[in-house]
Amino acid sequence: MSAIDPQASAKPMIAIDNISKWYGPVQVLNGCTTQVTKGEVVVVCGPSGSGKSTLIKTVNALEPIQKGAITVDGIGVQAKGTNLPKLRARVGMVFQHFELFPHLSIIDNLMLGQCKVLGRAKDDAHDRGLKLLGRVGLSAHSHKYPGQLSGGQQQRVAIARALSMNPIVMLFDEPTSALDPEMVGEVLDVMIELAREGMTMMVVTHEMGFARKVANRVVFMDRGEIVEDATKDDFFDKPRSERAQTFLSKILAH
Amino acid sequence: MNYNWNWRIFFEPSPEGTGTYADMLLSGLSWTIATALCSWIIAFSLGSLIGVLRTLPSRGAQRVGTTYVELFRNIPLLVQMFLWFYVVPEILPGSWGTWLKQLPNSSFYTAVICLGFFTASRVAEQVRTGIETLPRGQRMAGTALGLTTWQTYRYVLLPNAYRVILPPLTSEFLNNLKNTSVALTIGLLELTARARSMQEFSSQVFESFTAATVIYLGISLIVVTVSSKLETRIAVPGSR
Repeated sequence: MSAIDPQASAKPMIAIDNISKWYGPVQVLNGCTTQVTKGEVVVVCGPSGSGKSTLIKTVNALEPIQKGAITVDGIGVQAKGTNLPKLRARVGMVFQHFELFPHLSIIDNLMLGQCKVLGRAKDDAHDRGLKLLGRVGLSAHSHKYPGQLSGGQQQRVAIARALSMNPIVMLFDEPTSALDPEMVGEVLDVMIELAREGMTMMVVTHEMGFARKVANRVVFMDRGEIVEDATKDDFFDKPRSERAQTFLSKILAH
Repeated sequence: MNYNWNWRIFFEPSPEGTGTYADMLLSGLSWTIATALCSWIIAFSLGSLIGVLRTLPSRGAQRVGTTYVELFRNIPLLVQMFLWFYVVPEILPGSWGTWLKQLPNSSFYTAVICLGFFTASRVAEQVRTGIETLPRGQRMAGTALGLTTWQTYRYVLLPNAYRVILPPLTSEFLNNLKNTSVALTIGLLELTARARSMQEFSSQVFESFTAATVIYLGISLIVVTVSSKLETRIAVPGSR
């Protein structure tokens, strides 16, 4: 769809190939195709109900698809022999509503996956967890519980939890849309830093400032279809489709 | 009403010749407690399993869970008690049936199994509700982290669900405790059965059943106290 992509020859980290999904008779994804190459940051945007959250959840098979195929690092997500838990462990995911485990302390939230999925020793997992908490600026809170932190802090912990698994790619599903406005910045800062460190990221968001700053490409969706898949500059400066133009004018108006 | 109150009756020897009436009631109490605890172990573990089945994505698993719940919840406990005690030994292969009938304390084992299976259907409903009240994203977060379905239940869903359902689960525990009295119909000499024999032997009907009432109330209060202590202890800091 996009013009000649300079990275098209690079091996894609995520390859979404002509996928479709239905909820009963309702089609929510219609022939979506796109790629995320290693080190790339791709922002997925579009009006609500356009299928962008569903699309990102198909990447680690939280949502099944009925047609098409997805590969992550060359491994078929829908392929029969694929060990899904193992694949998911390498794909970090951050949710709109944080979804920290409320009964576990912050450090235990960061250790659960490391110990139970990766089989790391407790001490090792603990040390790595603390280091990551330092990275998101929350070292002092390791023994608190999720309910004792603000939304912005919880989302930073959620990012640290995903990073604790040493993912090869990170998925963000509207990471800031459940936050009070004054907390959006602290979460975006962590994400921007992550992007600058070279993390491969697929981000569903309305934060166009974030897209302008760190995205390589923007995928615009509407009614279950990928309407536009362009480099950042092309998307913002000369969106080709009318739907993308309308969307941009609305979202950038204020 | 012409009634001869005699509160000292408890310290008089019972016609059974093994001690006083108080000893008789205490022996009943110990059977009541043993039956309640053993059946609760079955009810809690089996109930949790069935409750989990009803929340799995697999249609087959859901159907198994639903069938169990509807079967054991909708037949009166007394009928189930009779089925286990009188019917099951008859339909088992001959030698098993005879073995069951000759088992010492067979009414105890029958009562434990019957109550365990009955209460499991009620525990299952609580567990299912507990899991269903959790945000959908919790399961997703566990899954996305790479946890298997079993691990997601073990480390994420169940610890939270049990916290939610502790109060209704306490009620089920108390129901189970009180339902042990139904087992007197199959000959278990638990507290109610003992109070009744005391009344028959001594004709002190008020004293006998007052004692039974006070003892049931007493253990229930202990259970409630323990449960509320437990609730405080497992409460998650910062949760509403």
